[in-house]
Amino acid sequence: MLQVAVKKIRGSFSLDARFELPTPGVVALFGRSGCGKTTLVNIIAGLLDADAGRVSLDDDVLLDTGKRLNVPAERRRIGYVFQDARLFPHLSVAANLRYGEKRTAVRPYVNIDAVADLLGLGALMERRTHELSGGERQRVAIGRALLSQPRLLLLDEPLASLDAARREEVLPYLETLRDQLAVPMVYVSHNFDEVLRLASHVVLMESGHSVAGGEVAEMSLNKGLRSIIGADAVGAVVDGTVLGLDSSSGLVRVKVGHGELRLSAPNAAAGTRLRVQLLARDLIVATQAPRNVSVRNILAGVVTSVAGDDAESDLIAIDVGDTLILARVAKAATRELRLAPGIRAWVLVKSASLRAHPSAPPRAISGVRPGA
Amino acid sequence: MMWLSPGEIDALHLSLSVAARSVAFSLPLAVLLAWVLTRHRFPGHTALDAFVHLPLVLPPVVIGYVLLLLFGARGPIGAWLGRVFGIELIFTRNGAALATAVMAFPLMVRAMRISLENVDRGLEEAARTLGAGAFDRFATITLPLMLPGVLAGAVTAFSAALGEFGAVITFVSNIPGETRTLPLALYTALQTPGGDAAAARLAAISFVLGLGGLLLSEWFARRVRRLLGR
Repeated sequence: MLQVAVKKIRGSFSLDARFELPTPGVVALFGRSGCGKTTLVNIIAGLLDADAGRVSLDDDVLLDTGKRLNVPAERRRIGYVFQDARLFPHLSVAANLRYGEKRTAVRPYVNIDAVADLLGLGALMERRTHELSGGERQRVAIGRALLSQPRLLLLDEPLASLDAARREEVLPYLETLRDQLAVPMVYVSHNFDEVLRLASHVVLMESGHSVAGGEVAEMSLNKGLRSIIGADAVGAVVDGTVLGLDSSSGLVRVKVGHGELRLSAPNAAAGTRLRVQLLARDLIVATQAPRNVSVRNILAGVVTSVAGDDAESDLIAIDVGDTLILARVAKAATRELRLAPGIRAWVLVKSASLRAHPSAPPRAISGVRPGA
Repeated sequence: MMWLSPGEIDALHLSLSVAARSVAFSLPLAVLLAWVLTRHRFPGHTALDAFVHLPLVLPPVVIGYVLLLLFGARGPIGAWLGRVFGIELIFTRNGAALATAVMAFPLMVRAMRISLENVDRGLEEAARTLGAGAFDRFATITLPLMLPGVLAGAVTAFSAALGEFGAVITFVSNIPGETRTLPLALYTALQTPGGDAAAARLAAISFVLGLGGLLLSEWFARRVRRLLGR
């Protein structure tokens, strides 16, 4: 468990943030630029002093201003991936990677070969850092942070300076990292698509304050968050298990909650886990079991909440079996269908509007993990 | 070097030896001061900064005189050095090295500060999150990255040390073979009837040394820049 509660005043800007993250897990600090995300991350890292507050990781207190305790950054064992990579220009890629590894006092849980493998760095080792592309630089920066054997990894908009293609190049590596090493991560971003793909929890920041926090789907109901990401990006991410290939359609069958979705996911073998992104605008809600419809994806569940989204539409949260998904419907439809908490509902969605990304159940990080 | 007289060869050797000692002695101190003045704010910062720059604005003779007062056989520091370590500075080449070092010190510190100001502090923060303590960060990140400035400072100081006249002659006098460096030899030659040819030769040596130093530092700086990919 990562617990953070800190305050800092800097001129006219005041930071007052608190959140908790069950470990292993990935928490996204989300908010407009200038809302204090980087300041907060720097305090967690120990690069910046807080005026007051407490930061603890599992049983280890890193900062407690009340007890005048402040572990210096170099002894916190917190890895940091900066937006601008900050590779050391006078060292080769290999020497950059080994910089943190050499200075760690603990038994390593991941070695340079594993990191090179995980992040595809094998061919870059002898390069100088100025010969790398933006995406490669960030991968090296991630590897360098990992090799310092951190207990927590902070990523401050690591993809923000990359174009869309480079972003797509690096994102899968971050997913692999989350799934294979299960290092707890604090991921700063203002791109909600990245948040949906990577995070388990979201903390919403507004002008220095952490205004809300929770699991991704639950947080998608948050008005403040929706006003930042725009109505079209609202949605839920659900974890599913691949059941197998549907040979007639070429789609894979994925168990989600108590139901099943069919979607396009090349190379997804039976038994593997997928994170499926269901955007609220793509879902259709029915209050009777639908018959004679072309849509093949139908999930049955129970409405848990109805929230006004804007003047014309509502956001309906539906539990489809220990899994919350969100659907946007017109207010008129809410009234006609009498949608309210407790009502049975069926959710329809086209396969083409579903996006899936690889996922794996996080394994607990405890000392040394073999083969990692 | 058959066209130089033994006295001139002595002066050349001595100058190189004095300049080398001067740079070797002042380099670590200059790095430390550049770092303190660039990276720290403390009461007395401005005063220390001004003190370091004094040799630039004072007549060299004044510096030589102050050194004489402090490091002379009866000066507070000079007497202590003599008593404890048996070191004598006055009228010796080590004294000449001290005088040139003091004169060249501000130039050295300036060159290093400019270079240090260009070192991205973000890189030091990154090193910190990777487990590097303060000295470790300085030795493995800051110092290598400010190396162009250190080299530039060393070369500038070396050249200035070769050419220093006023402070040297005031502090350690003009003793052939011990403190008569190139500019002092040149001055002596000019004072000697028929010394014109010798003066010209010494001037030519100074010219070659100065130019050589500049070219060498330029070449070095370029290599370092290429290494850093700039």
